[in-house]
Amino acid sequence: MSYTLNVTGFLLKGCIITLQLYAVTIVFSIPLGIICALAKISRYKFLKAFLEFYTWLFRGTPLLLQLFFTYYGLPVFGIRLTQEQAAAITFVLNYAAYFTEIFRAGIQSIDKGQYEAAKALGMNYRQTMWRIILPQAVKRVLPPTGNEAITLIKDTALVATIGMGDMLRAAKEVVTRDFKISAFIIAAVIYLLLTTVVVYVFKKLEEKYSVYD
Amino acid sequence: MMIKAENINKSFGKLHVLKNINLEVQKGEVISIIGPSGSGKSTLLRCLNYLEKIDSGRIEIEGEPIAAMDQQGQKIHIPENQIRRICRKLGMVFQSFNLFPHKTVLENIIEAPIVVKKMPKEEAVALAEELLGKVGLADKRDAYPSQISGGQKQRVAIARALAMKPDIMLFDEPTSALDPELVGEVLSVIKALAKENMTMLIVTHEMAFAREVSDRVVFMDSGEIIEEATPEKIFKNPEHPRIRAFLDKML
Ligand SMILES: Nc1ncnc2c1ncn2[C@@H]1O[C@H](COP(=O)(O)OP(=O)(O)O)[C@@H](O)[C@H]1O
Ligand SMILES: [Mg+2]
Repeated sequence: MSYTLNVTGFLLKGCIITLQLYAVTIVFSIPLGIICALAKISRYKFLKAFLEFYTWLFRGTPLLLQLFFTYYGLPVFGIRLTQEQAAAITFVLNYAAYFTEIFRAGIQSIDKGQYEAAKALGMNYRQTMWRIILPQAVKRVLPPTGNEAITLIKDTALVATIGMGDMLRAAKEVVTRDFKISAFIIAAVIYLLLTTVVVYVFKKLEEKYSVYD
Repeated sequence: MMIKAENINKSFGKLHVLKNINLEVQKGEVISIIGPSGSGKSTLLRCLNYLEKIDSGRIEIEGEPIAAMDQQGQKIHIPENQIRRICRKLGMVFQSFNLFPHKTVLENIIEAPIVVKKMPKEEAVALAEELLGKVGLADKRDAYPSQISGGQKQRVAIARALAMKPDIMLFDEPTSALDPELVGEVLSVIKALAKENMTMLIVTHEMAFAREVSDRVVFMDSGEIIEEATPEKIFKNPEHPRIRAFLDKML
């Protein structure tokens, strides 16, 4: 029993790194995704082409490769990042690329009549977007956003490959040291708990947004 | 003069939808626009409040141009925010209501006065409640659009447009998406507006209504105004055989 508690304590320390990366990624990639989605439906051709390239690149290559590139590849160009910096930048850019596409599709799924009604009432583009279109798009993008939020929990384990002491790496260390697999099982339980929390949060959000249909 | 449209033309690609349309609307006039579907009625209304941009011609709202051309026939640029300000004199009601589904009935109505006119919230709410009373929906104040009937939605849409205190109301087939038993409640709201001398342009397929409420009826076909006359003249003794053929089909 005390062995289990010990291991759990050790894994939870690793879990802090997991949670930090999780929080940083969510806090930065969602707003970045919203901004990029709005830019992508704007009339600025150059910006649109650039964002098209960005989402193509980041959604078309493995996250692990991107992580290796930022951490092991960038020093070749004289850019040296700590593990934490490399992980945060890679995850934010990667997830923002997915959120950009999710939000863009969400915004474009809103009926044209909504823009026309807003325009006929004298609202300008910004007012229309922020007050009429985006609030409706949020509801539509909740399910795919929730999926990304769950995937992210598990993706954080990738940082073990650049030597960060996250929960998975902690579990692996314990298993190698003690020749007992219980650390893996405890890690799995913690991952499941985290996932459950995210699922619950999104379920509540969807309930909140379901009042109007 | 509330609206003056001179020689307006509008095409969608190769399709010439409005052909040299001329239209004048006086203060307090109620004008019905009738004609076969695809004849350009909606496009005409949408050009008047700048939901569509015309290709050539001139449109004035209460003397101020939202589209104009110089002597060489080149379009004169008019700043968007100026057009937005001028077009605030027009309210529009759509066939498909276009209520904001994420807002309650009350929120739908107070949105534009607060956001566009910067009206204080209490004032906007008081105005909205008054308008809801007028369209007979005071008890639906906190309902969402999905919770009310089509006829009620359209009455909310009318109240929402009226909340901006427009001088002119444009209606694009306001009852065409409604079940027959709900048409009457919307038409009676429009009739009440006519009694208050609201200037209105109404695209409609309700011929009895058009006949009763209008000062003038405009018949459109293939992007042209074929005839423009009093309801008596149009419905009893139209000049153009196409109008007679259309009316025979409708009645
Ligand atoms: N946004 C658009 N793009 C292309 N064609 C359009 C568009 N809007 C209307 N049209 C076409 O223009 C013609 C006139 O349409 P409309 O003004 O809606 O007619 P009505 O309201 O009299 O039925 C139709 O042939 C229609 O298909
Ligand atoms: Mg139409």
